[in-house]
Amino acid sequence: MVTRYVVNSLKAALVWLNDPLNWQGPQGVPHLTGEHLLISGAAVALAALVAMPLAMLLGHTGRGGGLTVVLTNVSRAIPTLALLTIFSATAIGFGDRATVIALAVFSIPPLLTNTYVGIRGVDSDVVEAARGMGLSGVAVLGRVELPLALPLIAAGVRTAAVQAVATATLAALVGGGGLGVVISVGFGQQDRGQIIAGGVLVALLALMTELVLSQVQRVVTPRR
Amino acid sequence: MLILHIPAASLAAANPWFSWQYVTDNRADIQTALQQHVLLTLETIVIGTLIALPLALMAFRWRWLATPLLGVTGVLYTVPSLALFALLYPVTGLSERTVLIGLVIYALLILVRNTLAGLDGVPEDVREAALGMGYGRGTMLWRVELPVALPTIMAGVRVATVSTVALVTVGVIVGEGGLGQLIFRGFQADYRAEIVMSSLLVVALGLALDLLLALATRLLMPWSRGTS
Repeated sequence: MVTRYVVNSLKAALVWLNDPLNWQGPQGVPHLTGEHLLISGAAVALAALVAMPLAMLLGHTGRGGGLTVVLTNVSRAIPTLALLTIFSATAIGFGDRATVIALAVFSIPPLLTNTYVGIRGVDSDVVEAARGMGLSGVAVLGRVELPLALPLIAAGVRTAAVQAVATATLAALVGGGGLGVVISVGFGQQDRGQIIAGGVLVALLALMTELVLSQVQRVVTPRR
Repeated sequence: MLILHIPAASLAAANPWFSWQYVTDNRADIQTALQQHVLLTLETIVIGTLIALPLALMAFRWRWLATPLLGVTGVLYTVPSLALFALLYPVTGLSERTVLIGLVIYALLILVRNTLAGLDGVPEDVREAALGMGYGRGTMLWRVELPVALPTIMAGVRVATVSTVALVTVGVIVGEGGLGQLIFRGFQADYRAEIVMSSLLVVALGLALDLLLALATRLLMPWSRGTS
């Protein structure tokens, strides 16, 4: 009984995925996927603009380690859905702008923490040597600390991006775009096929993002 | 003579962000939602721990298991919550079970990883001392390794609990999202106080449970003070 139900559901999902109408127009899979990636990318970029300079300053001066920990812990307690809803109800308004800002807020902690830890983790002998060679503070940061911190920074970008792609799905619940729309419309119409198809598409997109960015991380991490 | 000046905006229906009035007026709804939220969180953590503990112990005993185990739980963790609920839906339907199973799957990675890290973190000389005292594998695990690993395991339980509290809200997609139901109802009715007050409750619940677990760890495991 249950097995047949599940098999029928999967068949319905295949039927939905096979329908060319679902691959066209502003509600089509390609457009929604593009929108999804654009929202996530913009959120991570916005977060990087805020987090990177701050992390560089804190990491270079060695202050604010506690701040990164507190920020990470508090942000874990805030439901993404709550922030998305609140932003949608403010002057920022419905749609993608509210989503980008909400997702950026959650992307800041991993970027900040990883960059900070990466810079702090640079061997102090190396920093001393660079200073001894007469490098200025900015040069030490740009030519010694940042390049050595790159693997950890890449790990932070990967964490932030995968998380952004995952949570961008929720935007559909509060009137935003992206692939989550397939799922939320599916639930709205109680269309089992569409719900599962949406679930598969979103899961694939998240896993692909993880796969691609973990490769990037591997490339910038020197082999020992 | 006193002239009362009433600004035009206040003549329209007020829609404040914060309102204690909202809480007192909707006490029953909030209580029901909060109850479901707490219950779902506790069930998730208990079931998740019951599954994660034996998995981590197996991976600790048989090292080759660790990589595939962390790989599989890692992949499951990457799947977005909404997608996971969508994929569970044909099996479990519009029920609390859909949310519970999804939440357990998310908690697994955090719990397994921390349990394994805790067990791996037992110092070799402690283990050797236990061996020298004639402890067998079972007693060693029960009397030495698990107690030493417990603070790290509890750290994992705390992270999993706080994440779970936040994630319960996504259960709104199947109509079982605890306080998330109120957040969403507030969104649909453009009722700001409902959105903000129920969101704040979720955050407060997460932080309160975190604090409670931290206190419990300190009280029950005085030896943990050095680690966290």
